[in-house]
Amino acid sequence: MNATLYTRREWIALAVLAALILIVFPATMDIFRLNLVGKYLTYAFVAAGLVLCWGHGGILSLGQGIFFGLGGYCMAMFLKLEASSPENTAIQSTPGIPDFMDWNQVTELPFWWIPFKSFPFTLAAVIVVPVVFAYIIGAAMFKRRVGGVYFAIITQAIAAILTILIIGQQGYTGGVNGITDLRTLLGWDIRTDSAKFILYFVNAALLIVVLLLGQAVRVSKFGRLLIAMRDKEDRVRFSGYSVADFKIFIFCLAAAFSAIGGAMFTLQVGFMSPSFVGIVPSIEMVIFAAVGGRLSLFGAVYGALIVNWAKTSFSESFPELWLFAMGGLFIAVVMAFPNGLAGLFRSHVEPLLAKLTRKSPPPPAPDATPAEAVKLAAE
Amino acid sequence: MSDDTPRKSPIATRRQVLAGISALPFMGMLGGKVNAADYPTAEVNTTGLAVTDDKVTVGILHSVTGTMAISETGSVQAEKLAIKQINDMGGVLGRQIDFIQEDGASDWPTFAEKAKKLLVQDKVASVMGCWTSASRKAVLPVFEQYNGMLYYPTFYEGLEESPNVIYTGQEATQQIIAGIDWVAQNKGAKSFYLLGSDYIWPRTSNKIARKHIDKLGLEVVGEEYYPLGHTQFNSVINKIKLRKPDVIYAIVVGGSNVAFYKQLKAAGIDMTKEKPLLLTISVTEDEILGIGGENIVGAYACMKYFQSLPNDNNAEFVKAFKEMWGDEIVIGDVTQAAYLGPWLWKMAVEKAGSFDIDKVREASPGIEFTKAPEGYVRIHENHHLWSKTRVGHALDDGQYEVVFETEDLVEPDPFPEGYQ
Repeated sequence: MNATLYTRREWIALAVLAALILIVFPATMDIFRLNLVGKYLTYAFVAAGLVLCWGHGGILSLGQGIFFGLGGYCMAMFLKLEASSPENTAIQSTPGIPDFMDWNQVTELPFWWIPFKSFPFTLAAVIVVPVVFAYIIGAAMFKRRVGGVYFAIITQAIAAILTILIIGQQGYTGGVNGITDLRTLLGWDIRTDSAKFILYFVNAALLIVVLLLGQAVRVSKFGRLLIAMRDKEDRVRFSGYSVADFKIFIFCLAAAFSAIGGAMFTLQVGFMSPSFVGIVPSIEMVIFAAVGGRLSLFGAVYGALIVNWAKTSFSESFPELWLFAMGGLFIAVVMAFPNGLAGLFRSHVEPLLAKLTRKSPPPPAPDATPAEAVKLAAE
Repeated sequence: MSDDTPRKSPIATRRQVLAGISALPFMGMLGGKVNAADYPTAEVNTTGLAVTDDKVTVGILHSVTGTMAISETGSVQAEKLAIKQINDMGGVLGRQIDFIQEDGASDWPTFAEKAKKLLVQDKVASVMGCWTSASRKAVLPVFEQYNGMLYYPTFYEGLEESPNVIYTGQEATQQIIAGIDWVAQNKGAKSFYLLGSDYIWPRTSNKIARKHIDKLGLEVVGEEYYPLGHTQFNSVINKIKLRKPDVIYAIVVGGSNVAFYKQLKAAGIDMTKEKPLLLTISVTEDEILGIGGENIVGAYACMKYFQSLPNDNNAEFVKAFKEMWGDEIVIGDVTQAAYLGPWLWKMAVEKAGSFDIDKVREASPGIEFTKAPEGYVRIHENHHLWSKTRVGHALDDGQYEVVFETEDLVEPDPFPEGYQ
């Protein structure tokens, strides 16, 4: 990697991506499709976090859904409280509380819901709650030098626990139905087409900020340390660095990215449910990063877009067979291009471009394949 | 709750009566051909739905993949059968029904996404779909925002009355009260052990059951919930043995059923002895396929439809269903309710003389379907169906024998006073 923030190559890649999501999509799609793309892009936040944490740091988290969900739930709680004004909920036995609480004989708003009446608090909570949670997990694991496969399994277990907790406490969380029927944000109806249009751009702009931030981390000294930790953790430790702290930091950063994605998801889709928290969605999120290329932030965005677009269009065309098509796609990607689309681009398209512009091709990336990475991480 | 809902003004009712009268000549022609030319597209479709001079498009939105596929497949089959039969009879207002099927993939957000696609992009005239409450809750805001019409087939917890949904399954009070009355009167049951999967439907249903049991002056000796997909029921079975209730009232759903009934049998509780008696509202013939008839023989189920229901409508329905989908197939309560959806929609459209959602909604209350496999149903002002409730006794071949049915149609009461 180059030590400057961006090489010319990366500036071009960023410009292409920005043009695509800020100009091409809005210009060519109707609002329904654009809203779908907005939803896919919320997963790109998670995938970008995974690129840093997994691709660069070697920390495979199979529980990013936890943070996506926590961010999304924080936002959903605020929106739900706004939608549950006493006028809107007059038919309930206790007006003024969310409808699912009423169904579950909860007669008073639980104390931990009350702060979510404040929008500034909610915005802070969207980031802080998942990051604190990630810090606790990270501190508990990395300080004890739990890593690799064990860490992956533990994150998965936590995702499962959180899902069960949310489903079990349905009076306080909406249970398996999730928090549905969200309507307005500070009085602004988020269900209208114009609101969806604006939210799409807010989402896209936030994503670009996150990508820039991620890139800044990647090219910094810290980014190099991350790769060093991934490839030979002990050497970094013996050189006097506190490996655990670095790992905790990158894990928290990935959690924050996921949480922003989750909050934007809630705003654009209009509800949040435990089905984004559990094991399956968390693994899907890893797949987005894998398909796009674990080592490329931009690749992660394309991965999230392509996988989700394929999911939507396969399932629209073949409602009974689409899962097979998806499975086929993943197997093909992993077998044929272990470094994902970004790897494919780097090995095939870039030399071609370089030839056209008469520049020497960039040296092949010294990055490990996923199989090697897993092996390394397990050591 | 009275028959009038606050939403309906007297004027609307009068208009609806007039619409009903004007449609009368055509009601007589049910089964005969309606000429599409009598209903110019510009007049019957003023809101830009997918209706042409010879075709109308509807949506089917169920899970055909994922954990719910096993339950929802029957509904898809029933809806396709109804659509085919309606088309064979000449369609709706002379237009053939074309359907677009989408997969909800047992995933609630996917349901919302696909519902939106059907309404916004495909402009379907109605949607037959959803199964779990969670999926219905996920699509509900979409239907209300884009003014669609959903025909929802599953028995469910009530507490809902959307102008954009017709509930063709039973709400909780319809299903529960008659069953408890029956075991109390005919089986002398005095004590109940309530148990269920942990989500809104079993919890709400048990709440209603408990209130009703209290009202009858009987006793609840235990109430427990287990997460969806739970497979270890030994501890609750031990408690049941200890407390010796007269009735185990079970609302276990999905795959957990298999484990529950097998473990019950393995623990030596022989349901054919009826000590205790097992009453369920969640096991249809579809679930018995997984449980195995020999593991549940002797249990009682309370719902509105059983495949063995002895009437001519049902005999015809079962025959047509098997012709289309194969002899091995079984038909459960929800499958039958799903079959009602396209029919009720067709009749509402023809009564309204229009595909417009608002007119169909207005025309819906009062629609009767005399050819319903369950016998007879009528749409209530609150968008639920008047229907009879029946108790079935499980046989070892996986079918139920109907042992009781309510004399009258049971009124749907989604917001039951005194039961909340």
